[in-house]
Amino acid sequence: MKSMYHGSTNNEEVLSWGAEAIIVKTAFMELPAVKKIRVPKSYRCRELDISLRKRRTLLEAKLMFYSIKNGVPTPVVYFIDLVNTTIVMEYIEGKLLKEVISGKDLSSVAVFLEKSGYYTGLLHEAGIVHGDLTTSNIMIREPAGDITFIDFGLGAFSKDYEDQSVDLHLFLRSLESTHYSIAYEAFKHFIKGYSKARGENIAKKIQSKIKEIRMRGRYVSERKRKYEE
Amino acid sequence: MRKSSEVVVLGIETTAHTFGVGIFSNKRGLLANINDSYIPPEGGIHPREAAEHHASVAHEVLAKALSTAGLSIQDISAIAASFGPGLGPCLRVGCSVARALAAYFEKPLVPVNHCVAHIEIARYLLKVKDPLVVYVSGGNTIIAAYSDGRYRVFGETLDIALGNCLDVFAREIGLNFPGPPILEKYAEKGKRYIELPYVVKGQDLSLSGLLTKGLELASGGVPLEDLCFSFVETAYDMVVEVTERALAHTRKKVVVLTGGVARSKLLQRKLKEMCSSHSVEFKTVPKEYAGDNGGMIAYTGYLCIKHDITVPIEKSYIKPRWRLDEVDVPWFDEQ
Repeated sequence: MKSMYHGSTNNEEVLSWGAEAIIVKTAFMELPAVKKIRVPKSYRCRELDISLRKRRTLLEAKLMFYSIKNGVPTPVVYFIDLVNTTIVMEYIEGKLLKEVISGKDLSSVAVFLEKSGYYTGLLHEAGIVHGDLTTSNIMIREPAGDITFIDFGLGAFSKDYEDQSVDLHLFLRSLESTHYSIAYEAFKHFIKGYSKARGENIAKKIQSKIKEIRMRGRYVSERKRKYEE
Repeated sequence: MRKSSEVVVLGIETTAHTFGVGIFSNKRGLLANINDSYIPPEGGIHPREAAEHHASVAHEVLAKALSTAGLSIQDISAIAASFGPGLGPCLRVGCSVARALAAYFEKPLVPVNHCVAHIEIARYLLKVKDPLVVYVSGGNTIIAAYSDGRYRVFGETLDIALGNCLDVFAREIGLNFPGPPILEKYAEKGKRYIELPYVVKGQDLSLSGLLTKGLELASGGVPLEDLCFSFVETAYDMVVEVTERALAHTRKKVVVLTGGVARSKLLQRKLKEMCSSHSVEFKTVPKEYAGDNGGMIAYTGYLCIKHDITVPIEKSYIKPRWRLDEVDVPWFDEQ
């Protein structure tokens, strides 16, 4: 299938096949690019499926655009194809934060965590929440070492402290699940960067919100004691 | 009569509207599964009324289960009961019965988690080793899979359960209990899709907004068939989407549907279609064991007793908020 917006269709390669979308490496005007295609879901009610895919594609592209506008690096959006619910964007040469951290000494990766925190702070200042902020959705560009946020598929425009805290909480959870031994120290570096972008007061507020979230349903034991003596 | 080396467990289900007694033998399988559900004359389940129902039918259900199995209470090796999660007053009735039997006949008492039991009976009957479980009922909406000693929750409702949402909607628009079959019947005649709140947050879903909006439109003169069509499609599509997300995350090879709403043909069809697009097998628990039942408690009680999981009577408190992911399942690799 040849379409108007890429330079070549011969060298396409599926990078990942997720629940919602397929990520394909391609080219756009001779530039290395990535296509995120939200594929139709045959199980879903047709009208609902089309409306969801369109809405999510558009929202994701908008979020990326406004992030960049506010100084937070994401892949640059090259093209939006709403008919095929596809975003064509910049291909990032680099590694996932997850890969960069794992097996490393904390002191050698502290700078990346602090930067991640700083840009997350900028993102929140701009009224954007990422929605799936894990160490798998932050990339370190090679060779320069700059931070880039990817996958805004679950993001939203929100200035709500609650939503912002959920972002940070999820990041902490991802540290706990894959980098357990350094999780809390690593999170301190992240918070240091976050405070730089948002100021100490807001950062403190957000941190106490995170504690509150931990007390809710899924994160159990402290909360349970309250109910079951 | 019980044979030597045979272990026979009597299980009591008592978490919500159903009082059930099941009997499981390690030599002969499930020997009895007798259940009696409280259906309120109008409105939803009042916990106290459901508890009164349980107390009044307990004797009968127990006797019928034993006679179906052809056993006397002396033949039973252990008494299991669902200690939670569920409605306090209902749990108290079933667990009192279990305590009384255990104390009087000097049998060990086994505390069973209701959600674990739904999963175990599905694995047992469908002969599936390591599934991604979609557990949908009146009280629970959970996507779970085994990892590191327990069933972990990979997605769940943030507010009301799927069955609850559909039952309340059906009741409020003047249809009968249970909600899913009658709503689906009306939905078949629906043509126009009306946009309703579709809320998937990461791995989780939320159904309360859908219910509120659905009821609002129902009182505003929207054709019932179109509304039912849009309502069930939206509700089920959310469940299938979070299942798909959990599947992409866990990479399990089989999806199993269990719980009361597992009887829904439409939900089965949607999940099956999603699974086949990922080349994953899909199975549904048999009807008789889909909703709450004593059989699943008896079977899971047997798995517990094999690992010496019992509780002394003086410490046998009910656990209305007992989460699925708090329970160790040391038997997981054994079947």
